[in-house]
Amino acid sequence: MTTNPFRVAIIGAGPAGIYAADLLTKAERDFEISIDLFERLPSPFGLVRYGVAPDHPRIKGIINALIKVLDRGDIRLFSNVEYGADISLGELTDRYDAVIFSTGCFVDAPLELPGVDLPGSYGAADFVNWYDSHPDVAQIWPLDAQKVAVIGNGNVALDVARVLAKQADDLHTTEIPEHVYEGLKSSRVTDVHVFGRRGPAQAKFTPLELRELGQVKDVDVIVYPEDYEFDEGSLAAIESNNQTKQVAKTLTDFTMREPTGAKRRLHLHFLHAPVAILGEDHVTGLRTERMELDGSAGVIGTGTFTDWDFGAVYRAVGYAGTALPQLPFDSGKRVIPNHEGRVVDAADQASAAEADVVQGVYATGWIKRGPVGLIGHTKGDALETIGHILDDRAAGVLTEPVHPEDSAIVELLESKGVDYVDWEGYHRLEVAEKSLGEAEGRERVKIATREAMLAEARGQVRSATGSHS
Amino acid sequence: MTYIIAQPCVDLKDRACIDECPVDCIYEGTRSLYIHPEECVDCGACEPVCPVEAIFYEDDVPDEWEAYFSANVDFFDDIGSPGGAAAHGVIDGDHPLIAALPPQNTGEL
Repeated sequence: MTTNPFRVAIIGAGPAGIYAADLLTKAERDFEISIDLFERLPSPFGLVRYGVAPDHPRIKGIINALIKVLDRGDIRLFSNVEYGADISLGELTDRYDAVIFSTGCFVDAPLELPGVDLPGSYGAADFVNWYDSHPDVAQIWPLDAQKVAVIGNGNVALDVARVLAKQADDLHTTEIPEHVYEGLKSSRVTDVHVFGRRGPAQAKFTPLELRELGQVKDVDVIVYPEDYEFDEGSLAAIESNNQTKQVAKTLTDFTMREPTGAKRRLHLHFLHAPVAILGEDHVTGLRTERMELDGSAGVIGTGTFTDWDFGAVYRAVGYAGTALPQLPFDSGKRVIPNHEGRVVDAADQASAAEADVVQGVYATGWIKRGPVGLIGHTKGDALETIGHILDDRAAGVLTEPVHPEDSAIVELLESKGVDYVDWEGYHRLEVAEKSLGEAEGRERVKIATREAMLAEARGQVRSATGSHS
Repeated sequence: MTYIIAQPCVDLKDRACIDECPVDCIYEGTRSLYIHPEECVDCGACEPVCPVEAIFYEDDVPDEWEAYFSANVDFFDDIGSPGGAAAHGVIDGDHPLIAALPPQNTGEL
């Protein structure tokens, strides 16, 4: 008779990790399970906290669903613990029957473009980290350019364009801290140009995200009739896909709008492929090539180039995964090679199905399948991974941990001097952020540095009202 | 603002949307699924996964199914906001509009 529960460690407390923990506790089983969730930042929730734009409070509401899971009390949280630095793979496998990696994708995917390293060329993820006040990034962001380009045609590109174009005062009602407000307030931007290399029917952004642009106060949205092309492939996509239909409808509305003389303009360009970021010591512009549709919704270059003047260029071409110590990594696809969530000893994802399984190690979420899909898609992902964990346990292929005691992980972290934050600590941080917000009639104001977050989480701030300014 | 579920779901209830919803706000009635208008966070994950395109953003509901907006919203009048469909379980009954329909989407027409 075994007396120890089945122990699972989950690395990364974003939505992927928390949904995996939730689904695992709810899985049909006849044995006890114990789940510990690890997070490298002082706060959980990953990209819901540090990726979703501050002016999307409804989507941020997903945090409430995640809080509900952790409030149940059957999952332990260890925040401010970094895999690879504070805890190794061996230390985990010594203490857990299974380890799930849900570390996500939070850096910019690389874009090979001449001039990409010039000052004034920015990755969207870096800008998002700044306006979402990620504790590991500088609090200063240069917003001195009047004309700005955003490369990309997904939701992040539109987030970046909208935050750049929006008046700072219209964002001051959100959770942004003072340094972000002051930074945005000082922006000299007048024109934001978004460039997609394909046509309007191939855009990746969602209808709601696009429609929202048309409602931003004091911003004119401009779509150019000459970019507004649909080939047969595009028309087929519009006919067969409700989302594409809504996107096309909204863009059509935009083409018919008369400029109102707003202080800022947001230009949406299609069929313009970026070929070079221009400038010598700093970005001065962007060169694009005119593309045309090839009939089946693909594009081909026309050999006609345009040079645009810009003081800054943002690349919003997607997030990418980051390699983790002691684990295989596909540096092209930027995922942990895995077969349906079982991590495999392979150099790339393409050979994953034939490769040897790394016993007891699993992946879920974006680090498993790449940065595609909305937050909800990660649940299906987690179900697949969890199914395999339960199968592997039933098949008896998992090695029992050498330190199976409940207290083993706490003892290890304490012996190494790792200053972890538990779920109670998160609640203290949340209370502090909400009280900061309350003082200004806002829902919440984010605390932006590691030190301040940790101080609140430890309950070391003397007064909840007197010591924040 | 919210997404709503229209006629193509009635008597079919594929439930793919339930697996996608990050806030567990899609409730199951006897003959149809319903999205809770206050619990929905407008993330849009449900819409593309519906195999019968029954889900619409409230501004985009086709005219013929306009009444399904009120049906989705009013369905929760007596239920309130349970804060999670899975724990709440299947709800015995439907909105009167749906309950009054002859059998739908049976694939035999």
